[in-house]
Amino acid sequence: MGSTKTKTHDEQVRLLDQVIEKHRGQGRKALMQVLQEAQAIYGYLPLDVQRTVAGGLGVSVAEVYGVITFYSFFSLNPKGEFEISVCLGTACYVKGSQAILDKIEEELHIKAGECTPDGKFSINACRCIGACGLAPVIMVNEDVYGRLTPDQIPAILAKYKEA
Amino acid sequence: MDLYRAHVLVCCGTGCTSSKSGKIIENLEKELKAQGLTREVKVVKTGCFGLCAEGPIMVVYPEGVMYYRVSPDDVTEIVSEHFLKGRPVARLMTVQTAVPLDQARNVEESDFFKKQVRVALRNCGIINPESIEEYIAHDGYMALGKILTDKMAPLDVINEVKKSGLRGRGGGGFPTGLKWEFAARQQNDQKYVCCNADEGDPGAFMDRSILEGDPHSVIEAMAIAGYAIEANQGYIYVRAEYPIAVQRLKLAIEQAKAYGLLGEHVFGSAFSFDIEIRLGAGAFVCGEETALMRSIEGKRGNPTPRPPFPAVKGLFDKPTILNNVETYANIPVIFQKGSEWFASLGTDKSKGTKVFALGGKVNNVGLVEIPMGTTVREVVFDIGGGIPNNKAFKAVQTGGPSGGCIPAKLLDTPIDYDNLIAVGSMMGSGGMIVMDEDTCMVDIAKFFLEFTVDESCGKCAPCRIGTRRMLEILEKITGGTGTMEDIEALERLAVGIKEGSLCALGQTAPNPVLSTLKHFREEYIEHVTDKRCRCGVCKGLTQYFILTDLCKMCGLCAKRCPVGCISGVLGKEPFVIDTAKCIKCGACMQACKFKAVVKR
Repeated sequence: MGSTKTKTHDEQVRLLDQVIEKHRGQGRKALMQVLQEAQAIYGYLPLDVQRTVAGGLGVSVAEVYGVITFYSFFSLNPKGEFEISVCLGTACYVKGSQAILDKIEEELHIKAGECTPDGKFSINACRCIGACGLAPVIMVNEDVYGRLTPDQIPAILAKYKEA
Repeated sequence: MDLYRAHVLVCCGTGCTSSKSGKIIENLEKELKAQGLTREVKVVKTGCFGLCAEGPIMVVYPEGVMYYRVSPDDVTEIVSEHFLKGRPVARLMTVQTAVPLDQARNVEESDFFKKQVRVALRNCGIINPESIEEYIAHDGYMALGKILTDKMAPLDVINEVKKSGLRGRGGGGFPTGLKWEFAARQQNDQKYVCCNADEGDPGAFMDRSILEGDPHSVIEAMAIAGYAIEANQGYIYVRAEYPIAVQRLKLAIEQAKAYGLLGEHVFGSAFSFDIEIRLGAGAFVCGEETALMRSIEGKRGNPTPRPPFPAVKGLFDKPTILNNVETYANIPVIFQKGSEWFASLGTDKSKGTKVFALGGKVNNVGLVEIPMGTTVREVVFDIGGGIPNNKAFKAVQTGGPSGGCIPAKLLDTPIDYDNLIAVGSMMGSGGMIVMDEDTCMVDIAKFFLEFTVDESCGKCAPCRIGTRRMLEILEKITGGTGTMEDIEALERLAVGIKEGSLCALGQTAPNPVLSTLKHFREEYIEHVTDKRCRCGVCKGLTQYFILTDLCKMCGLCAKRCPVGCISGVLGKEPFVIDTAKCIKCGACMQACKFKAVVKR
């Protein structure tokens, strides 16, 4: 297990270097793109990744940190293996998405923005994933569940608990 | 070329893709092959049809038969019955929301489509967005081709846009032609054309549907804009949360380049134009033009003061024009059909059509495009099919977090930029959320303020601190500890925030509160003086009770109660809730089969 993990880490470092190489010389102009690609590699943006990006593009770490914390898409914390995005856009809210979020928080014993201790689930309260026709909607990683009621939640979570 | 006797259009927008339209296409192709029909029936992946609530949607031409809520398992039946035997599958032709759509056998005749005029959405749901040939077959790139090959003067291009009366579809409604003219007048070696596809208004998804259903229309329009202001570089700033739109845009740009419709020497002329995609990262304020440009430059998306206006000093300090997706989607049509035709649609000061994302408590949830001047009532009741479950209409919210609520007494307001502002709302990007008697207006105001508090960039104190204060007051009111002075404080703060903020986010943030205070003041007062939320939404003011005469003494509620605050004797004594201990989760109400649990 340990060796696979180190290997993955090496792989991540190599991929990040490739991304930075691709944008070298563009400076701050490329910062957003590099961060987006870096997050796709790591799942989040820890300090050492921020340092690497800052060094590679020739901007300060403070500036990188400033950009990361400005945009909600960027995360400083690792996410769960299954990230549950609960849409709290207007259309979903009017159709009761708050009750859906409450139920998920109750079932997993964590709040929105947190991750379960086993690293399995995290909850992300998001604004509109654009599937308003299916309101209220949640997404578990890429899977979309629409037209939900709170009592459907335990069954949905159970699917991933076993996975 | 193969001649097909039937075309099956399957919606592959985000909504329908979420409900497995990809699998439907896969099964369709498999089944058609098994039946030997691949050369007779053609499957087309299209963008959004608009009726998202009933998806996945499938339309069969030439008949125009529309199938709703198709599941991948229905495909075998559709192929063998409809395509082999010529008998449409009636079971899938009725919508489940009890709207009289099913009486119309043809798509265009249904109530949902009858009152719509599709200009910006003209190709959505009709062509395959991943095929440039299909866009060209629908007169795509004809406008750009005509402009370039006729060597139309850039100023004439701008005049045509001005004459059409087109106004920005993203928010404020600034005349598009005028914006182009300002940038064209600037002398500079480098200018930029930007497209705002950072659709941040929660509940609006028309821009995404256009990008997913007809990406080339935006690319063509941006090239026209580039020619008009003499820019050779475009940027599309699109939300990273829209993966399908991003992928189709990329493909469309590649295809256009391969056809010589983008890149060096467009249409063999001296004009060159390239487009790059920039991904947004989830900041609502980046819908504001100066913030968006800072974000493309790789900075925090803080708005900057205007003047200088972007037309003078925009992206990388160069003259820049920025329009949103829907605005661009209208441009090619203006040149195909003429500015007079475009100006003949709509009202005196608002020309053309507007796309609305109709959602919330309405039967036909989806995208609708109506000529300006259509009344709110027509949209909600004729196109939208009214309110589900026989509930009463309360209000419709437009303009998202910058807009306001339109109450029942103003249902006959014709929709255009000026009328919506006059009733205390705004056009915005076109979200239209319907609310019924169960929606608490104070809670809705609180919902939008939570949004602006989250999304305020923090640059201006009135917006950063003021919206937070307003939210705290609303929390007090919905929690049952509000006073009448609080309502006055809300109004005072609202004025200060509107006047003291730099960008539109702060200037419009108090609108949801002001408009609900204007039209639904009695609900605020009820929360304050009677400590009552008539909709039972505000938990701090709601109490659950068991009606003794309806209670069957089954004890199911007590079993479900997570805090054990319900007591009674099985079969002998009706159950009672200890309201002091109750956490108002509503589990008992859901559990009760006899409707004995009520909240008030």
